[in-house]
Amino acid sequence: MIKYVLKRLGYLVLTLFIVATFTFFLMKLLPGTPFNNPKIAPDQIAVLRKQYGLDLPVWQQYLNYMVGVVHGRFGESYQFTGQSVSYLISTRIGPSLQLGVQAMLIGTLLGILLGAVAAMRKNSWVDATATIFAIIGRSIPNFVIAALLQFWLAYKLHWFPIALWTGFSSSILPTLALAMAPLANTARFMRTEMVDVLNSDYIEVARAKGNSQWQLVARHALRNSMIPVVTIIGPMAVDLMLGSLVVENVFAIPGIGQQFVQSITTNDYPVIMGLTMLYSAMLTGVILIVDILYGIIDPRIRLSGEVNA
Amino acid sequence: MVQPTDSPILSVENLRVDFATFAGPVHAIRDVSFTLNKGETLAIVGESGSGKSVTVRSIMGLLANNARIVAGRIMFQDADILKNTKRQLNALRGNDIAMIFQDPMTSLDPTMPIGKQVAEPLRLHTSISEKKALAEAVRVLQLVGIQDAAERLKDYPHQFSGGQRQRIVIAMAIITQPQILLADEPTTALDVTIQAQIIHLLKEIQATTGTSIIFITHDLGVVAGIADRVAVMYAGKIVEYGMVDEIFYNPQHPYTWGLLEAMPTLTTSADRLYTIPGTPPDLLAPPPGDAFAPRNPFAMQIDLAEQPPFFPVSPTHAAATWLLHPAAPQVTLPPEIARRRQIWAARFAH
Repeated sequence: MIKYVLKRLGYLVLTLFIVATFTFFLMKLLPGTPFNNPKIAPDQIAVLRKQYGLDLPVWQQYLNYMVGVVHGRFGESYQFTGQSVSYLISTRIGPSLQLGVQAMLIGTLLGILLGAVAAMRKNSWVDATATIFAIIGRSIPNFVIAALLQFWLAYKLHWFPIALWTGFSSSILPTLALAMAPLANTARFMRTEMVDVLNSDYIEVARAKGNSQWQLVARHALRNSMIPVVTIIGPMAVDLMLGSLVVENVFAIPGIGQQFVQSITTNDYPVIMGLTMLYSAMLTGVILIVDILYGIIDPRIRLSGEVNA
Repeated sequence: MVQPTDSPILSVENLRVDFATFAGPVHAIRDVSFTLNKGETLAIVGESGSGKSVTVRSIMGLLANNARIVAGRIMFQDADILKNTKRQLNALRGNDIAMIFQDPMTSLDPTMPIGKQVAEPLRLHTSISEKKALAEAVRVLQLVGIQDAAERLKDYPHQFSGGQRQRIVIAMAIITQPQILLADEPTTALDVTIQAQIIHLLKEIQATTGTSIIFITHDLGVVAGIADRVAVMYAGKIVEYGMVDEIFYNPQHPYTWGLLEAMPTLTTSADRLYTIPGTPPDLLAPPPGDAFAPRNPFAMQIDLAEQPPFFPVSPTHAAATWLLHPAAPQVTLPPEIARRRQIWAARFAH
């Protein structure tokens, strides 16, 4: 198990290296320069380019950057003079992580609950309602949900701050907006799988042992139905991270999502690189956690060195 | 029609079960009655769709959602099981009456260690601690022949072979020392040597615990190995019942004849094995007379028109065929049945 995790962490580093390389060269193809401000004189720009090493050939810039990364230096932001990328990320990751974790927990837990109840009351009004809810949750983009929540619950009813980061109460609406898609997805997968599981032989055996309907679900059906749900946690995490880019902007949350968008529009190369690698690391981390979860939930899936990374 | 017995522990009386389908109600069980005595093994035999499984599932309350019990009662401990509330039913299932299922490969929860699964009925029906329940699970697992049971409690079903899994399923059923074991084709999914071991195991368990067993099968060889009494079912009805020797050596119903003829013996030398011609009737609209009549070479006019009653052959043996009516003509028995009747007659000559 430890060997497996170490091996996977090795793959993670390799993945990051590849992602960094691709991103670096793609980024250089972006139009414009970091110094688009018309107030800066051309000779000043030349000084700045020299200062940041942008006058060197691209492959040399790449080598310089990678050597820096290996030594833990991610460079300085061009946009916020004097702020290192690490500092910029560390001050802004808090709200983003909070939103992401909250949305993921609410989405999967409520989704599992909703899907399970729908499966237990198959073809009843509960099931139909859950299905409609899941379709709505899956088909409306989260920034639309964000705007709707903002308009009704914040602007009209004054229950929450509109677009201001003051802590937990400000996190509720963006969390809801972000959680909608994972919730709907989880519920849908959970329902389908649980309907199957409830029809399986071992559930009938469990019923013949004297389990009541709720005991059946709690002891046997839930865990067995969660296997496919675990599969979609990875893709859902990707959706969440992408969603947060827009939703953070809608609610003016000082997180890394908003920072990411800004850094791309201003060609803030070091910040783009740093955030891309952070997102890749989080994503591969989630996939690793999912693979470990598999083994915990389903004993038939053994973790070994042979599992594809 | 209800057979008089010394001490019935369970009696099914005039049971009728329908299944709702788009085409209308399918009459799966049509007036079935039988009793189960203390400590005996009753085999219910018949082909697929004859209603064997539906009958025991009615006892367990495990019928599909579209099934409806139209009439009848199932008496156990002076109460009608069919009138039980869900809670009463759950208290009964896995406790007084336990069931062993057909396919050991799918009968166990793949994500739960087997120790916990075997101990589960005890945890559900008694207030015993987890630790004691697991200790009891070890005892029962050893009883059913699982090696190193104590070390294997934490293993999962996929770590066991098919035969071992069926032993685990049996352990799960007997851990509460039920009065009745319902075995729904427990050997069908196993290969022949393992079949014999499992049957031997069930007999051993019965000898030590005195539990009564209803054993469902379509395999007459298995019946000969385990049953005290046999009920033959066809198209949702019992057509013949009797002690195991009476069914094997003095069968009366042409359907029982067909089943016995279809079973190859050591002397069978034909190129093709015998099969009963035709197919079972459509239970959406069961025929008015003996349901077997269209496939029965000995059928008479009355078989097509009127349902035969049970004619007693001995105090323990009866068959529902007009051939037993005093006015019925003597028929020439198929050779295999004639051979069996001779063995039967020879037994009484001594």
